[in-house]
Amino acid sequence: MTWSATARGAHQPDNTAFTQQRLPAWQPLLSASIALPLFFCAGLAFIGLGLGLYYSSNGIKELEYDYTGDSGTGNCSVCAAADQGRAPPPPCSCAWNFSLPELFQGPVYLYYELTNFYQNNRRYGVSRDDEQLSGLPSALRHPVNECAPYQLSAAGLPIAPCGAIANSLFNDSFSLWHQRLPGGLYVEVPLDRSGIAWWTDYHVKFRNPPLVNGSLALAFQGTAPPPNWRRPVYELSPDPNNTGFINQDFVVWMRTAALPTFRKLYARIRQGNYSAGLPRGAYRVNITYNYPVRAFGGHKLLIFSSISWMGGKNPFLGIAYLVVGSLCILTGFVMLIVYIRYQDQDDDDEE
Amino acid sequence: MEVTPLHRSPPARLLELLTHPQISEAVCAPPSQCAGEEKRVGTRTVFVGNHSVSGTEAYVAQRFCDNRIVSSKYTLWNFLPKNLFEQFRRIANFYFLIIFLVQVTVDTPTSPVTSGLPLFFVITVTAIKQGYEDWLRHRADNEVNKSTVYIIENAKRVRKESEKIKVGDVVEVQADETFPCDLILLSSCTTDGTCYVTTASLDGESNCKIHYAVRDTIALCTAESIDTLRAAIECEQPQPDLYKKMNQISLVHYQPRINHCGPRFVGRINIYSNSLEAVARSLGPENLLLKGATLKNTEKIYGVAVYTGMETKMALNYQGKSQKRSAVEKSINAFLIVYLFILLTKAAVCTTLKYVWQSTPYNDEPWYNQKTQKERETLKVLKMFTDFLSFMVLFNFIIPVSMYVTVEMQKFLGSFFISWDKDFYDEEINEGALVNTSDLNEELGQVDYVFTDKTGTLTENSMEFIECCIDGHKYKGVTQEVDGLSQTDGPLTYFDKADKNREELFLRALCLCHTVEIKTNDAVDGATESAELTYISSSPDEIALVKGAKKYGFTFLGNRNGHMRVENQRKEIEEYELLHTLNFDAVRRRMSVIVKTQEGDILLFCKGADSAVFPRVQNHEIELTKVHVERNAMDGYRTLCVAFKEIAPDDYERINRQLIEAKMALQDREEKMEKVFDDIETNMNLIGATAVEDKLQDQAAETIEALHAAGLKVWVLTGDKMETAKSTCYACRLFQTNTELLELTTKTIEESERKEDRLHELLIEYRKKLLHEFPKSTRSLKKAWTEHQEYGLIIDGSTLSLILNSSQDSSSNNYKSIFLQICMKCTAVLCCRMAPLQKAQNLCFILPQFLYQFFCGFSQQPLYDAAYLTMYNICFTSLPILAYSLLEQHINIDTLTSDPRLYMKISGNAMLQLGPFLYWTFLAAFEGTVFFFGTYFLFQTASLEENGKVYGNWTFGTIVFTVLVFTVTLKLALDTRFWTWINHFVIWGSLAFYVFFSFFWGGIIWPFLKQQRMYFVFAQMLSSVSTWLAIILLIFISLFPEILLIVLKNVRRRSARRNLSCRRASDSLSARPSVRPLLLRTFSDESNVL
Repeated sequence: MTWSATARGAHQPDNTAFTQQRLPAWQPLLSASIALPLFFCAGLAFIGLGLGLYYSSNGIKELEYDYTGDSGTGNCSVCAAADQGRAPPPPCSCAWNFSLPELFQGPVYLYYELTNFYQNNRRYGVSRDDEQLSGLPSALRHPVNECAPYQLSAAGLPIAPCGAIANSLFNDSFSLWHQRLPGGLYVEVPLDRSGIAWWTDYHVKFRNPPLVNGSLALAFQGTAPPPNWRRPVYELSPDPNNTGFINQDFVVWMRTAALPTFRKLYARIRQGNYSAGLPRGAYRVNITYNYPVRAFGGHKLLIFSSISWMGGKNPFLGIAYLVVGSLCILTGFVMLIVYIRYQDQDDDDEE
Repeated sequence: MEVTPLHRSPPARLLELLTHPQISEAVCAPPSQCAGEEKRVGTRTVFVGNHSVSGTEAYVAQRFCDNRIVSSKYTLWNFLPKNLFEQFRRIANFYFLIIFLVQVTVDTPTSPVTSGLPLFFVITVTAIKQGYEDWLRHRADNEVNKSTVYIIENAKRVRKESEKIKVGDVVEVQADETFPCDLILLSSCTTDGTCYVTTASLDGESNCKIHYAVRDTIALCTAESIDTLRAAIECEQPQPDLYKKMNQISLVHYQPRINHCGPRFVGRINIYSNSLEAVARSLGPENLLLKGATLKNTEKIYGVAVYTGMETKMALNYQGKSQKRSAVEKSINAFLIVYLFILLTKAAVCTTLKYVWQSTPYNDEPWYNQKTQKERETLKVLKMFTDFLSFMVLFNFIIPVSMYVTVEMQKFLGSFFISWDKDFYDEEINEGALVNTSDLNEELGQVDYVFTDKTGTLTENSMEFIECCIDGHKYKGVTQEVDGLSQTDGPLTYFDKADKNREELFLRALCLCHTVEIKTNDAVDGATESAELTYISSSPDEIALVKGAKKYGFTFLGNRNGHMRVENQRKEIEEYELLHTLNFDAVRRRMSVIVKTQEGDILLFCKGADSAVFPRVQNHEIELTKVHVERNAMDGYRTLCVAFKEIAPDDYERINRQLIEAKMALQDREEKMEKVFDDIETNMNLIGATAVEDKLQDQAAETIEALHAAGLKVWVLTGDKMETAKSTCYACRLFQTNTELLELTTKTIEESERKEDRLHELLIEYRKKLLHEFPKSTRSLKKAWTEHQEYGLIIDGSTLSLILNSSQDSSSNNYKSIFLQICMKCTAVLCCRMAPLQKAQNLCFILPQFLYQFFCGFSQQPLYDAAYLTMYNICFTSLPILAYSLLEQHINIDTLTSDPRLYMKISGNAMLQLGPFLYWTFLAAFEGTVFFFGTYFLFQTASLEENGKVYGNWTFGTIVFTVLVFTVTLKLALDTRFWTWINHFVIWGSLAFYVFFSFFWGGIIWPFLKQQRMYFVFAQMLSSVSTWLAIILLIFISLFPEILLIVLKNVRRRSARRNLSCRRASDSLSARPSVRPLLLRTFSDESNVL
């Protein structure tokens, strides 16, 4: 309701396409004649892609070994028995022997897998201090509260790196030995431990605090290592480019996994004679068994895997493409029948 | 209530009817009473010109409010608190506020920003919209409040702002100006103290009404003289009955408008002459000029302000921006509650499962993730409660925060399309459609009943005198009037002549018994017809009658000094002194005048509806006249009966005294007047009857037919005779030849002795009939339409009053029919499906988040990054849906116009029913599942990249989110059938924006973020071929059912259309019987013309 009579006087509306709702418009109609070829084309394309994916996935080799050490599953059970949920458990060594009847086509990647480990638990996931990890000196001394109960050591020193994620860093280590000839010597296969983390993580997101007098150890002075660690963070590796917060194992670990069963990259095998893959022969993996998993009902696995353009072995994508592609073609046929029947009916009606 | 300016085309009128807040009030609900109305009892005394009058010195001056009008809701100061308060009264906003507060206080998975920011956005947008609307109201208020008025102060004409007017001020108003407040007319520039007023802006009536000044003040028509007036006005305290009364009239007490029935007003003016002796005069609605009405055809008037500002009738009846909730919003709320329920269930399930899962100690607190001391000490119950709240926070986006704002924006912007529409524009009055409230636009698509007035809406309200009968003899004019050039001396046509004296008496009655005025040739409309007499009246019927009399040789020449002058067939001028006018009112349904002839005889002439006149005449010739009246009514003419009686001088003395007494009464004046009138108008002699034709509006029949086809039920309310109404209904195709009429009228009932039993019988019978036709419908007989048999119902007033146990006359009939122009224009109709769409979108947004809880130990880990949670509703998905809802045209305009049956598909909120809702919900559940498990299976591998590196949980979430955003947008794209450049822009723009934003958000280490979760996640994700392939596949799978459905629908529609066109072709052969409107018959149809 308007108060004055004058305010009512609307003038003639603009005669534009917009105001008159007559904007030029493209009015696509997904009619059967367009949709049917579309279905068939999409179906064929999907089946093609699916076949490609399926075969490349099948071409990928994986070799895995559960070294958790459930009783009777190899010599790691000794270590497992020693670990009764204590953290940190006493160090222990065991080995995995296997032989390859033929060349394991490379490049070969070494992964470890943990099961029933909830890296995606919310409380666990927030228990980190990205500012500290980016090398900010102030954050180094004052970890965020989210890190609690791994924020301050019992002595009251700030923990670096703080938080549950860092504290639970995977600390088993592996070395791979190759016996070229039966009864021969085991030669250590070089494991490339660099280049396993995201480039941006390693180069940007994770930074060591500025060196004090050229020493990383001094930079970390006044902080405590996480309670479960045996060594302080600046001694993770003798390589200055791989120690402290930019230790690649550490960086990989800090990228929390999406699901409770996850794999993380441990090393790449691409040097010397092994750049084409692992040649046939007997192998042994020496395992330093540190990491307790039985306490939470988990398992640890060691995996050798080759990698293709689509990544690791994953039949899902190929099969899904094949199924959807077939479904498309099937639907296409059904639609064709429906379409023809309707057309007949129309013709009948017209007569 | 007459709501129709004459020339408006019916569709536009109906639209206005629906968008007019007062009127929709009248249709939908009884008007709410203004608060405090009942408190304002008693009377107020107003001193004209604020000159106190001795003798009332002791009287304590009353305080009146000033003349400021405030229609705005807010001021600068209270805008923020008041607006916020109002916004948080809305369930969804309140809900988000609660969620926000929970996030602030409890340790929750997402930061308060994620829900605080969208809420802030929504609140801000709504506040801006409401602020803008209020600013417009402020501006309109100011325009009114600051407009210039002239006040007479100390004998001088003073210029003032309208808001400065005080009660008691004498105001001067010029022609075509709007009255600034409620005024009592004191004098006008005319000698007889009358003025003409149009109330078009109040109630839509565009004809002129006559208002009168009190006789004693007529002469005071200069500033000086008016200042000498010493008078006090006593009147009631303000009462908001302008529309209250009229609403009642429109629904129950509906009456034809023979004379104006203004707002209720009684008062008394005491005029003090020099001798300080008060002369008391009564004041009635005819003296009151309402604020908002416009002065017409009168040079200027002086009036005294009695009610000002918010106490004017208009302001009291202004109900403010009503907080009406449309049906759409109601059903949105209903679905909201469903989703709220789902949310609570989800949260409860998750909490329970969490504690079940945690019953294993190593799940509760594994060595790698130990609790703090504080967490260990917290009470378990409290922990469970906070967990529950955390889950609620995590899933809270299942209720889309931006839905209301999208709906509101859509309505707001959509209303512009209505006012912009060229097809609604009427050149004659230079006005387009006016949208009074954007809250109800979508209701236009949901109309079930259309209430229409007959006169002026279905018909043009321009009357033409057709024929008359005198003493049972039929008279019919030969000549057709050509633009007012009537042939005064045309030969009379009569089939059987009545007595000459009776003839003349009848014609004199027509000339005298009315309230028509002659417009003096003051060239308001140009001097073209100045030579001709122009009649002005509040009722076109009266003009038609006076013109009719003129055709037969009796010309009304106007009033002079209280004498009515009539030129008779012999060109002699007869003068009659007008003693009293017994004005028309809706209850009596007749009016009378008492005149004194030159010879000194006192005569009473009365005209009125047959039912109102027949019982009051003693004449035996009723029967003859009755036949004529009924035949005329059958032809669709409006009929009136004319009667007269002679009053003996002695009787007149008594009558005069009674009338004056009644007019002076302050209390119960109406009742007293009625009683006196009732006494006077008895024992009259019937002279004859008249028939007046009211032409149908242009295209009225087509409109009704379209409404009908659209399944709307049309109720026609009229005060005409039943036969008249019936024939009009046939003429405008409301009833068709195959319509079975169910009559509930006095006639059908009176056949039996005991009326009530008969009525009961009939009702039962009709009910049976209709129920038989619709076994399922248990509703009353008002729903009467199927494809096979159509029913029309006619109820007349006395029957209705028997049913309702209350009064009066109306003939109503009902129907289903449709609303084509409006359904075509109203984009809101299409918006109806928007809400479920958007809600479903949010279901598939939140479902993966829910499923993820099963894989993260029910730890409330969010799947998506906080930025995505925040932006999803406000940035990534809101614009496409808004553009879709505004611009989509499922069916093109021309098809809509030509096929009103399409309306039926969307009426009754078809798109918001349970079916579509469930469909959307299940589809969304399917999509959510596909998103999540697709990505889940994708992650069952060591690596997705060819360099063997591993993705984390944020990549997982980002893949799901990317699939989600693309699916939701592309789904909308699939649904869009009308791609304007705007649609292209917003759809592709939204997707581009998402990609751009993701790069940007992940490309920088944000110093204000505690955790750099998203750093390069998106870019890294896109470097994987597998991820690309998976995203494409998942989008395709999610859209697959939709595509399938659309293709199937199109196949069916194609064949349906083909069938339809076949049928059309055959239809056109058997061209539909064109009902030639009865009322358009010309005179030549009847050959018996002398």
